[in-house]
Order: sequence, then C-alpha cells, then structure tokens
Amino acid sequence: MKLVFEKSSPGRGMELLAPCDVPQVELAKENQRSSRLRLPQMSENEISRHYTELAKGAHGVNDGFYPLGSCTMKYNPKINEKAASLKGFTELHPLQPEHTVQGALEVLHLAEIYLCQITGMDAMTFQPAAGAHGELTGLLLIKAYHEGRQDGKRRKIIVPDSAHGTNPASAAMCGYDVVSIPSREDGCVDLEQLQAAVGEDTAGLMLTNPNTVGLFDKNILEITRIVHEAGGLCYYDGANLNAIMGIARPGDMGFDVVHLNLHKTFSTPHGGGGPGSGPVGCKDFLKTYLPGAGVGIWENENGKAYHLTDHEKSIGAVKMFYGNFLVVVRALTYILTLGKEGIPEAAANAVLNANYMRVKLSDVYQMAYEETCMHEFVMTLEKLKHDTGVSAMDIAKALLDYGIHPPTMYFPLIVHEALMVEPTETESRETLDEAIEVFRRIYQQAAKQPDYLHGAPYETPIGRPDEVTAARKPILTYRWEGQET
Amino acid sequence: MNFPEELRYTKTHEWVKMEDDTTAYVGLSDYAQDALGDLVFVNLPETGDTVSAGETFADVESVKAVSDVYSPVSGTVAEVNEELLDAPESINESPYDAWFIKVEGVSGQDGLMSASEYEAYIKTLE
Repeated sequence: MKLVFEKSSPGRGMELLAPCDVPQVELAKENQRSSRLRLPQMSENEISRHYTELAKGAHGVNDGFYPLGSCTMKYNPKINEKAASLKGFTELHPLQPEHTVQGALEVLHLAEIYLCQITGMDAMTFQPAAGAHGELTGLLLIKAYHEGRQDGKRRKIIVPDSAHGTNPASAAMCGYDVVSIPSREDGCVDLEQLQAAVGEDTAGLMLTNPNTVGLFDKNILEITRIVHEAGGLCYYDGANLNAIMGIARPGDMGFDVVHLNLHKTFSTPHGGGGPGSGPVGCKDFLKTYLPGAGVGIWENENGKAYHLTDHEKSIGAVKMFYGNFLVVVRALTYILTLGKEGIPEAAANAVLNANYMRVKLSDVYQMAYEETCMHEFVMTLEKLKHDTGVSAMDIAKALLDYGIHPPTMYFPLIVHEALMVEPTETESRETLDEAIEVFRRIYQQAAKQPDYLHGAPYETPIGRPDEVTAARKPILTYRWEGQET
Repeated sequence: MNFPEELRYTKTHEWVKMEDDTTAYVGLSDYAQDALGDLVFVNLPETGDTVSAGETFADVESVKAVSDVYSPVSGTVAEVNEELLDAPESINESPYDAWFIKVEGVSGQDGLMSASEYEAYIKTLE
C-alpha cells in the first residue's frame, strides 16, 4: 500500500482546529522554523481510509488468537473503554484544584489499594509509562535506599540468565554493574550460584516468578532470604503476574519492590503504543523515595476528601503528573469487574489454558520442560530443525496464514529454537482446540513440505520482511522527492 | 565449517591469533557466526580498555538476539576494528578476517583449544 506521504496532494486538507479566539503570540525569531513543515495534505475521507487500510493489514487481539509468550495479550473488555471515556476523566487538566478532581483522585487511591493488596506492597506510584520504565524506577528506589544509608559499595544487580533483556538493560541504565547468574537445568535459580554471587557489593536481585520459562520457582523464599542476608533488596518483575494474581503475592515471597504491566495483566490496550502503564509498588520503608505525588485522605465530621501528598525523599518525577491516568481507569474497571473472586479465577484459567495446550501438543512438539507450567510454556524445535530444516521462525510464520499471531520466538535465550506460548484466560476451549489443530498440521507439513514452510506466510499483506537489511540499513524518515538526505 | 589450524579457540566460540608472545587478535568463530545468524550490530570496547580472560568485552546483535562476546585472554586493548561497526556482515562473510580487538600484554591464554580440539567440542554440542 502507498505511504501517507505518497497519497498527499497539494492544497488538500481539512479543518480540525477551532478558529483561534485568543490573541496570537509570535515566537522569537531564532525559535521559528526557517522553512514550512512538510506534512501530507489529504482530505478527511482519504485519511480515514488510509488508517482503515493500515488496520486491516495488522493483527490484534480483536482479530484472532494472539498467544505471544510473556506478553499476556488478553482481551480488553469494552467496559474499560466506557469508563475511560467518561467526560469526568477525559476533560480534566492535571493542574486543576484538588476539590474539582475528587473522582480522579479516588481512582488513583482505589487502584493503589487494590494493586497493593494483589502484590503485597504498601504503596504505589502510577508514573512509570510501561514495564521497562517501571524497572528503572524500581531500581532508582533501591539505589536511593542504599545511598540513604550511606552504603556506597553496593554496585551490583544480580539477574538470572533467563531474565527479560530489559532487566540487565534497566540495571545498566541505573548505573549498576550487572551480574548474570546461570539458571539450573529446570530454568529455576541455582541457589549455590546465587549464594556465591551475593556479597557486600550486592545492591539487589531482579527476578520474575513464575520465571521466564513459565515455571514457579519453589525456592523463592530461600532466594529472597539469601539476597536480604547479604544486604541487598529484591525486585519483582511483574511480567508474569497473570499466573498468580490473587493467589500468591510478591510481597509475601520477600520482594521489596515490584512493577506491574497494567497493559498485560490488567487488560488495558497493549502494543502499537498502548499507551502502557507500569506502576511500581514498594514496601513501607521505600515509600518515601517514590516519584510523583501520592493520594491521601482527609476525614472530618463533614466527610472525607482526597488530596495529593509529596514523598519526602522522592527520587523526583519519572513522568509528568500521574502517568497514563486513563490506563489506570481501565485497570481499575477491570479489577472492580472481576472482583475478589474473579481475579484469582482469571489467573487459574490462564494456567489451565496453558497446560491444556501444552499437554495436547506434547506428543508432537518437544517441550523444553516436561512439567506442569504456569501461564505459558516453552517448546524447543531444535530436533525438528535438525531433522527437517524447518525452524521456529518457519513455524511462527506459517501460523500467520491461519490467522494466528505467532508465539514469542527465540526467547528465552537459554532454550534453542524456542517458541513460547501464552494463550491467556480469555480464550475459549474451541479457540484453543483450533490452534492445537493448526500447530499439529504445520508440524506434519514440516516433514513433507519443508520448502513450503520456508516461504510462509502466503496469505498476509506482507510475506517475509527483510529483517536483516531493515536492521542494518534502516530508513526511519520519509524523504520527499528532491529532498536532500 | 572452517577452523584454521593456526588459531586457538574457546568454549564460548571466540578465536585467538597470537601475533607474537604478548600480542593477540580476537574474533568470533565460524560456528558462532553461523549459530547467531545475520549480524546487524556490534558493540566494541575502546582502545586502552583492559580485558580479562572469560569476561565479556563486546556484544553482537543478530535479528534473533544480543549475545555477549567473551575475551579469551587478559590484556589491554591496543586496537579496535572499527570497520565492523559499519559492516557487521563481514563477521558472517569472513569470520577469521573480521577481528574485533588487538590485545597487548597478553596473559591467561592457557587452556585454549586447538582447532581439532575445538572441532571435537562442537560435535558434542550437536
């Protein structure tokens, strides 16, 4: 399809902005553009069709099954959108006087209470924009804590080799040295390796449980004890919370800081810019370092009122105001819709769906770990690739022709030719059965028609993009004809 | 797959070419580039940095993943092959010409494998 720039026609346009009814102010000469901004010129009709065409070429949760491991692509209930589009939320200014935004403050207050209950934390900030931003924020809390105790020798963050790549990246961003410890054969933390890695220079440990291969690390209390005894803190990556929400709490496992991905676990839009939300929760002793304002309650004989409170030793803002506020509205709607019974039930069904698929596929596909999984499972296609030449990538691409979004590929790195499947709780048994059938059909095809699979997909708007050239020689901006590069 | 006789190898798939007793070139083996797939980005240390045997000194990025590169020897980085920054594909095309760093004051090179030992080691991985 043509790019929006290629559809541009000089002089065409539409009225989006209301007429200006305030005095015009000119910027200082040195701050003005020297040439006109070149924007595509299109009618409203053309631009509407352009984006509809783009939407048709994409695949979202609304289009079909989306078992992208570790991403928790669950369905986003429409009632979330209804709540988030209420005028009382959408037509607010973040600097409005507190007494005019009591409802919005109540949303932040309730979301904090419920999410703290679910995670076993004492306080929470909603500023971080997404998961990795939450990681950075959480690590800054840990850093502020050690610095607050004048303990300057704690320079190292321990990360298992199965961790999400964002973990070591966040630690490095925070100025820490990263110590990677190898996992045991079953993907869990090797206690001896951990014991050997901790010491007076340990600032903390970053971990997700269930871990990256979809298994619950049963030694979790021992793990957090070892880190605490060495004087470090424990950070919980909330990427995999969907498996345990309402059932087990990071706070009870010994974690001091957590981040959540509201866009994963709490059914808010995910992918394509979301926007996401990565709130960070912490235990009481870290609350004073939180970024942004907290919400408190004043109560007297006339009733109660919400107000914003500052954190005494705050690390400073990590994003403007209250983060992606409307995402928090959606997440709170989800929590209230499911309620105290629904939240653990959702987690249980996520685990059930993953195990259903795992067992129904395990006579054909080789599982990386032959045991009951949590919300996701990992297959290894090393043998298939060796025998037929068909790789995890080929299988993933072939799924697209059946309207299924591929699982996560080549992750975790400790499993070769990995496909990581996370069905989520919002898929019916019929959908799972259909997907199982497709997975099995493609596997059989691998032996008979490997070349066909090397060329898949055939039915999608784009077949196989040239990822190598895209990475080596990226073209990131549009060049108008005759424009100098 | 090609493993030149005059080079030494590590279990983490780097090669070392000793120019003299204390100077060495370091790169990635043919096996490594094949397993990683098309490389699209290389992160190199700077001249004057110290490297330690068994510790990471660079990383390479393929379409699949980012992987650490471990130094086979200890010493000081005397030269960096900056051509790799613009042409990471040369590691895929010619792994034994595409050296990453030149190390001076080399020590810790004991325990490296010969070409035949490395080839036997790779067989155990398959």
